[in-house]
Amino acid sequence: MKRTKIIWVLVCILSVQSVAAQKYFTKSGNITFYSKAPLENIEARNTKGVSVFDQASGRIEFSVLLKGFEFEKAKMQEHFNENYVESDKYPKAVFTGNIKDGTNLKLDKDGNYTVEVNGTLTMHGVTKPQNAQATFTVKGGTISAVSEFTVLLADYNIQIPSLVADKVSKNVRVVINVPAYQPMSGS
Amino acid sequence: MKKFLATGAILLLILPAIAQDLLKGLEDSVPAREKVAYAFKSTRVINAHSIEMLAKGNLDFRILHRFSRVNTGVDQWFGLDGASMRMSFDYGLSNDAMVGIGRSTYRKEIDGFVKARFLQQTTGGVHAIPFSLVIAAGSTIWTGASPTSVKPSTSDRTSYYLQLLIGRKFSDRFSFQLSPMYLRRNMVDRPTEDFSLFALGGGARFKVSNRIAFTADYHHALSGIPSANTDPLSVGVDIETGGHVFQLHFTNAVGMNERAYITETTDKFFKGDVRFGFNLSRMFNVGGKKGKGWNDKEKGAQSGRNKTDSGKKEKLAN
Repeated sequence: MKRTKIIWVLVCILSVQSVAAQKYFTKSGNITFYSKAPLENIEARNTKGVSVFDQASGRIEFSVLLKGFEFEKAKMQEHFNENYVESDKYPKAVFTGNIKDGTNLKLDKDGNYTVEVNGTLTMHGVTKPQNAQATFTVKGGTISAVSEFTVLLADYNIQIPSLVADKVSKNVRVVINVPAYQPMSGS
Repeated sequence: MKKFLATGAILLLILPAIAQDLLKGLEDSVPAREKVAYAFKSTRVINAHSIEMLAKGNLDFRILHRFSRVNTGVDQWFGLDGASMRMSFDYGLSNDAMVGIGRSTYRKEIDGFVKARFLQQTTGGVHAIPFSLVIAAGSTIWTGASPTSVKPSTSDRTSYYLQLLIGRKFSDRFSFQLSPMYLRRNMVDRPTEDFSLFALGGGARFKVSNRIAFTADYHHALSGIPSANTDPLSVGVDIETGGHVFQLHFTNAVGMNERAYITETTDKFFKGDVRFGFNLSRMFNVGGKKGKGWNDKEKGAQSGRNKTDSGKKEKLAN
């Protein structure tokens, strides 16, 4: 009886691990955004995006610290943190979503897989639905992913003063590039 | 058996929790210690150095005006008919070191300084650094006519100061700094004055909105200045637009460098001897982009994603 108990516990643990093995993560996702306005183009880049996706459920999540975005000009970075996204109050931008038809994603087979991701983006204290197309590339066991979408700043209560309307675009193009998702070991 | 059931129940409870919070655990390992920046909008509170530094390669062109006393009345258009000014260029050598030169119309004085940050406030629980520590050292040389009959040499006209700035951004809105200072003048106007003196300064910022903040700075000379002198006090408002910071304020000091405002302020703030003044700061990026690598990386990301991918892979492999 005791032995069967132990076996059951082991089975439980192993099954947990096999579920965990279907999860992939990265801590070095690149997130770049572009604002193109008549007088000034702004680009910012963050190389420390954290992301996890669960192949079994198709769930995918992204989180990035806004303070980690680097700009060409120090003043842009200051204004971004202090005046626009208020990173002291709202330190992160988080995306949670689901990969549509995640079963088409064959991570053990080389190839490009374009999928639809539906979810929500939370930023500056506001959560809004956000959909995007993403392309997963599997090559020699490495899983990488890229995606692009546009964010309307007004949706997230980020106001642009009329004085700088020619310098800051109302729409920001976000480019996500994950060079390599790694399998999550243990859990 | 009960134990087994309990284990199973716990697992059942935990599993969906894991599924819902995929990111948990991953993010916790990201170090929470980060620099606390932007305690003040500018490298000066009003007259005094602030604990803020210029970023590397940034050139700050500053135009400072102090008008005449407001209580000169309507004839002098409340002081706006007369003005004293200082123009200066400050440059960021690195993110923690800057230099600056300036010239004031008051006593036709040239000044220069170096300023370095030795500690920057950080977050991070027990390992946090609770305050920033900055040291500013400068020199001034007045080139105007001597107030006495003696003809002073260049050395006589020179003064030096060394200032320690200890400041903290207490919250998103409120920052405060203390700044003890040593000041040495090679010549004084009256025999009762000391060549060397110590002064204590304080500066504060209170943000009322993302782009507007109230500021104040104050200095008290502990010894060495005539008793008829007063302590320089300035209160104002910082207004930030795109690339400019406007600092509008009222002050009783006419001088705009450390020697002048600490040793030559004679107006009584609370008796209405105040002047309207403004500092205008315009930032230029002259030291190139944030290092060359910044731009290269950008180009890599846009044109040849695969290249950066392979580079990243190597990094990950390590």
